[in-house]
Amino acid sequence: MDIRVQSAPFDFGAEAGAFARGRRDAGAIVTFAGIVRDDGGLARMELEHYPGMTERSLETIAAEATRRFGLLDCLVIHRHGSLTPGETIMMVATAAPHRADAFAAAEFLMDYLKSRAPFWKKEFGADGAAWVAAKDADEDVLGRWSQD
Amino acid sequence: MDVLYFAWVRERIGLPKERIETAAPTVAALVEELSAREDRYAAAFADLSALRVAVDQDLADFDAPLVGVREVAFFPPMTGG
Repeated sequence: MDIRVQSAPFDFGAEAGAFARGRRDAGAIVTFAGIVRDDGGLARMELEHYPGMTERSLETIAAEATRRFGLLDCLVIHRHGSLTPGETIMMVATAAPHRADAFAAAEFLMDYLKSRAPFWKKEFGADGAAWVAAKDADEDVLGRWSQD
Repeated sequence: MDVLYFAWVRERIGLPKERIETAAPTVAALVEELSAREDRYAAAFADLSALRVAVDQDLADFDAPLVGVREVAFFPPMTGG
């Protein structure tokens, strides 16, 4: 399990390659990258986070994904600071014996990360700056992982 | 204890972190105490449904106790990913 929170850019392809390299136990590796999307007029984005809690919450989410889906390994990289459209904000990678678990674990990680990891986005465009509002749907989607 | 603010809560209150001596037994009592102190706090805490709280870096409810707590943080719902 590898969790990194950093302001520096990273090379998604190189990270995915390094994660996959030399594995003989994993039949499936799934990767996801989040990119800064320009919805029209976005100049840049500032990603604020809560140092300490961010790492803790990502570790908790990754450990839960590992337990639930029997992952052999997982990687989460999330950036903070200033980002421009087209830049990679974050990535997850999961390794499991079979693809169903690798896919499900990647979705689980993303769903929880979106509403449980303390990051906040502020967008800067031609009309000024605005904090991105959380979507109710992001919270609602967690219900599908309920084990009750 | 240390009280931290993030995103628009930080902007509205005007600082990222402060040390507060308080006997407030719960997060809700602390919010009340701060809101009574100055308008900028009252403005930031006006709608608690728009806020989240972490106690010692774990997400908590507003009725969470503060006994022995070192750090409380207030922020809007998260928007990572």
